[in-house]
Amino acid sequence: MSKFRKKDKGGLPAISTASLPDIVFMLLFFFMVATVMRDSSLMVENQMPNADQVEKLKKDRTIFIFAGKPSSQYKQFGQEPRIQFNDAFITVEDVQSSVSQGIVEMNEELQSKVVIGLKVDKNTNAGLVSDIKQELRKANALKVMYISNNQKVE
Amino acid sequence: MAKRAAPEVNAGSMADIAFLLLIFFLVTTTIEKDKGLLRSLPPIDDTEVEPPVIKQKNLFTVNINRNNQLLVEEEEIPITELRQATIDFLDNGGGTNQAGESCDYCKGERSEASSDHPDKAIISMKHDRETTYEKYIEVQNELVAAYNFLREREATRLYSQYYPNAEKVFTAMLEEKEKNQFSKDEVLNERIETIKKLFPMKLSEAEPDKK
Repeated sequence: MSKFRKKDKGGLPAISTASLPDIVFMLLFFFMVATVMRDSSLMVENQMPNADQVEKLKKDRTIFIFAGKPSSQYKQFGQEPRIQFNDAFITVEDVQSSVSQGIVEMNEELQSKVVIGLKVDKNTNAGLVSDIKQELRKANALKVMYISNNQKVE
Repeated sequence: MAKRAAPEVNAGSMADIAFLLLIFFLVTTTIEKDKGLLRSLPPIDDTEVEPPVIKQKNLFTVNINRNNQLLVEEEEIPITELRQATIDFLDNGGGTNQAGESCDYCKGERSEASSDHPDKAIISMKHDRETTYEKYIEVQNELVAAYNFLREREATRLYSQYYPNAEKVFTAMLEEKEKNQFSKDEVLNERIETIKKLFPMKLSEAEPDKK
């Protein structure tokens, strides 16, 4: 009789799952955008040293240089620590030209803010790092970042 | 003939397909979180200008030998004491700076034998070619930590009223700068510069000897 009569009980109404694909797609797009496929495979052992006074790295203005002992599948390159740039081993003398090339390929407004990310294995001799730094000074790329694990130093 | 309605496509499995893709990307994603110690290298100087004479007491020498032993101011010390030794040196304030001002914010011993002013205090670091990189970074980390400690202290003294909830005032300031990188906050930048000026990072690295 009354308009506001309670509806007769019919159990719990089914929850609509129609928006589920939308939610999942949203997540999917996020991860698709956030995913970075590794562009250069590591050819050297690369265990970072520990440090706790670290700053974040801005990836868009960074050129990475790796250094360390050649890893097990690249044994033919010997036991001495080597420098890897992009996908190849380079010698100390090549660092300057490689870095200059890397800078030229970068976005123009970021070229003056370039940071060199040094990913060096912790068992490398510091002499090699100092050689690299000397070359970087010649290439006039003066900002370096020693990439490290952010852990408390014991 | 009656027109038949197009049969509806069952979209129920759409979620499954999307989930499958989602899980694939979830697994392959590595959120890059590279962090490290940011340092500036000195530009190459070809000019034949005589470097200015630096008083021995304003120079804090840190040497690492090939066996990863640490020699600080001609004394062998464990790395755990390096941070405090560096802080004591920088914060000494025994004399005056270039402009003749004494360091009124230093809380050190004001000893005659140690540095005059944070402006003048220079850390000189030298390592052997065969020092391991791990040790080198460890030492760098301690030296940067000493500067950060002192800057943090000054930031707390000067600007803690603007950051009442922050435990580390200088870190909070830097984080805010990071957040506002597209809208420049002049006041904040000026404050950060002020703090940096109180304890300017003067860390020189000598090249290891060539054999």
